[in-house]
Amino acid sequence: MIPELGLFALVLAFCLAIIQSFAGLAGAYWRKTEWLALVRPMASGQFVFAALSFGLLTWSFIVNDFSVEYVAFNSNTELPLFYRVAAVWAAHEGSLLLWILTLSVWTLGVAWANKDMPDVFRARILGVMGLINCGFMLFVMATSNPFTRLLPAALEGRDLNPLLQDPALAIHPPILYAGYVGLAVAFSFAVAALIEGKVTSNWARWLRPWTLLAWVFLTVGVALGSWWAYYELGWGGWWFWDPVENASFMPWLMATALIHSLAVTEKRGLFKSWTVLLAISGFSLSLLGTFLVRSGVLISVHAFASDPARGLFILIFLGLCIGIALGLYAWRAPALGSGGGFKVLSRESFLLFNNLMLVVAAGLILIGTLYPLFIDALEMGKISVGPPYFNLVFLIPTLPMVLLLGVGMHSTWKRARWEILWLRLKMPLLIAGTLALGISFAWGRPSILTFVAVFAGVWVILSALSEIRQRQKMGRNFFALPRSIIGMLVAHIGLGLFVLGVTVTSVFSIEKDLALRPGDVVELAGYQIKLESLRNIEGPNFDAVEGVVTIRRDGEVVTTLYPQKRVYRVQTSPMTEAGIDAGWTRDLFVALGDDLGNGSWSLRIQFKPLVRFIWLGALVMAFGGLLSISDPRYRKKRKAEAQAPELAAGATP
Amino acid sequence: MIRFLAPIIILAILVSFFFVGLYKDPSIVPSPLIGKSAPAYELPLLLKPGETLGTEKLLGQVYLLNIWGTWCFACRAEHDVLLEIERQNIVPIYGFNWKDDPHLARQWLAELGNPYVASMVDTVGRVGIDWGVYGAPETFLVDQNGIIIHKLIAPMSMQIWHEDFLPLIRQLKAVQR
Repeated sequence: MIPELGLFALVLAFCLAIIQSFAGLAGAYWRKTEWLALVRPMASGQFVFAALSFGLLTWSFIVNDFSVEYVAFNSNTELPLFYRVAAVWAAHEGSLLLWILTLSVWTLGVAWANKDMPDVFRARILGVMGLINCGFMLFVMATSNPFTRLLPAALEGRDLNPLLQDPALAIHPPILYAGYVGLAVAFSFAVAALIEGKVTSNWARWLRPWTLLAWVFLTVGVALGSWWAYYELGWGGWWFWDPVENASFMPWLMATALIHSLAVTEKRGLFKSWTVLLAISGFSLSLLGTFLVRSGVLISVHAFASDPARGLFILIFLGLCIGIALGLYAWRAPALGSGGGFKVLSRESFLLFNNLMLVVAAGLILIGTLYPLFIDALEMGKISVGPPYFNLVFLIPTLPMVLLLGVGMHSTWKRARWEILWLRLKMPLLIAGTLALGISFAWGRPSILTFVAVFAGVWVILSALSEIRQRQKMGRNFFALPRSIIGMLVAHIGLGLFVLGVTVTSVFSIEKDLALRPGDVVELAGYQIKLESLRNIEGPNFDAVEGVVTIRRDGEVVTTLYPQKRVYRVQTSPMTEAGIDAGWTRDLFVALGDDLGNGSWSLRIQFKPLVRFIWLGALVMAFGGLLSISDPRYRKKRKAEAQAPELAAGATP
Repeated sequence: MIRFLAPIIILAILVSFFFVGLYKDPSIVPSPLIGKSAPAYELPLLLKPGETLGTEKLLGQVYLLNIWGTWCFACRAEHDVLLEIERQNIVPIYGFNWKDDPHLARQWLAELGNPYVASMVDTVGRVGIDWGVYGAPETFLVDQNGIIIHKLIAPMSMQIWHEDFLPLIRQLKAVQR
């Protein structure tokens, strides 16, 4: 009965979403106040029933109801409770339901926040969001019902994919989805603005915190995924340019571009059609990512559900959704106009450059990800594009961007002055240059790329700090600065940390693959690493061999690591659990390989300096985003739209 | 005007490519070799460079031929699964070390374990062309008469092994009896 109720709740949510869309879009078109009044309650109702549906599926997992096919395929009685809950979104059907729930939460937020937004405009946004959610609910009901019964019921479930039995990966999808789906808000704002035919400064001000929030979720989600890959896949790499990773990274790049372009649109009324286009593309890339992951058109280590019927549905949905938005764009954007000019040396120019580089980076990744597909579709054979391509082409746009970021931060709107920039930036320039020289020579393998990358990282951090100092010189307390400014500076410091982490890790890591017997000692980067013993242990749903590895430095024990090689009982798949000694300055990473016979085991040992900065940087960036969102300016009620500086609403005839 | 139309044109192109791609499964490359005899070849062995092995010498047994290389990211993922299959001792696995440095390949086997009865070395990838190899890892299933029964272009997983390979192997072995 419970699963049937779950499906029923989903059908109800679908009905409410249809009413929400119709009342919102048609009500705004014909100016029917009574229709408009329906929109918010429908959005709330949609959320309630989506949450109920999701809750009932979760319940089926908690009570091990193996008469539900989806539960039987993805859970097991031996699975701990936490993972039984996380298993809800472990495969296609449940993760779509999570997607729907997430979108209804965002819808709820848009319905009730931004008090000064005109009802008509809000109704249009909610109308568009309702349509998107209708599409997804239809998708679930037509092709991917998670509540399908399995008769007769299974006695025992097939267990959760062992790769997913990990705390970071269990919370990774909800966070990432919150980001993906959050971009739907920007998309809906853009479509609503195109329907109205105007983009105002207020429009950008309302949209900024939503975009920032989605971006924060994306940042944390992508970082979590990378962290997971680092310690779970067992190779010590942190990014593989896998299609699924790219699918999450491209929307992040677009969202980053959007945040910056929204700043220009809000403050200066420029880049209007560009901002709208970015808002559409960000969510489009989210949809594209879903399509790529779910349809099986590309091979990926992450792809776990592929089915052409589903692929076709998403493709049609994606085509309609993005097609209509871009059609509206082609029709309405030319009339949006842009007021005011700016000099070459100005904050606008730097932000434009930032935008172009981010979009170019996303474009190059998209090409690399889709290239095998193009070649295949053109009957030119089958190929795959690997990390060497991505590593190279990603640097081409991003390195100049990071280098110019420092100057951009210090530039003023409209027109900046070289003299002032030089005055402010000469110290950061000097220090960053010296440090970069020092670091790239310190390890004895200097290269131009290392120098430039270390320089870029330090430079970004220092120029952000110098901006704070400048503001203090002008007599303003750090904490009295607008939060959006503090947030921006913090996020840029995070970027600097990230760049440093990536550079130092990729250049100065040491790794060794060794065959060791218990008692053997090896030297690595000044540490003595000893395999003490091996033992068999038994987990709740797996058996494992565990190595006891002590790490000494100058005879002193630094730490003991316990890398494991697990075999999960139900799916009999082997998994590596690396032993990691994490530190601010370096990680020591030990992964247990295989039994080589005659008592020795293969071990992979790595020394990874500053690797933590990669995720620390991402977290600092996300924190900066949160600081910005907390700026009261976004919540301050401005008086009627007409009194706000109306920025060229259809100003050009 | 064209500036504003460009995005939707790009979308149209992308969607049409996706539509075609949807009906092409990247992991099933229609191999013209399936149902035909394995190409004739003889290659030196990785661990015993003096000896050679090839289609003719392998006649009379059902075996897996696994294309691998130390440069191949997915091969490392697959390696544990191959070791597990070897432990089950159902069919022998022969390795086909493709476009690789034999020195690194030997080191790899010493460190990660060796699931192969023997590995043949195709450093330049010439024999690989005959097999229609387009990327590692690939796994072929060959029967007693040297006929290629099945080809997998993806890392082997326990699921694929149980669902695709084992039923075929059981059939082959039943015929043998």
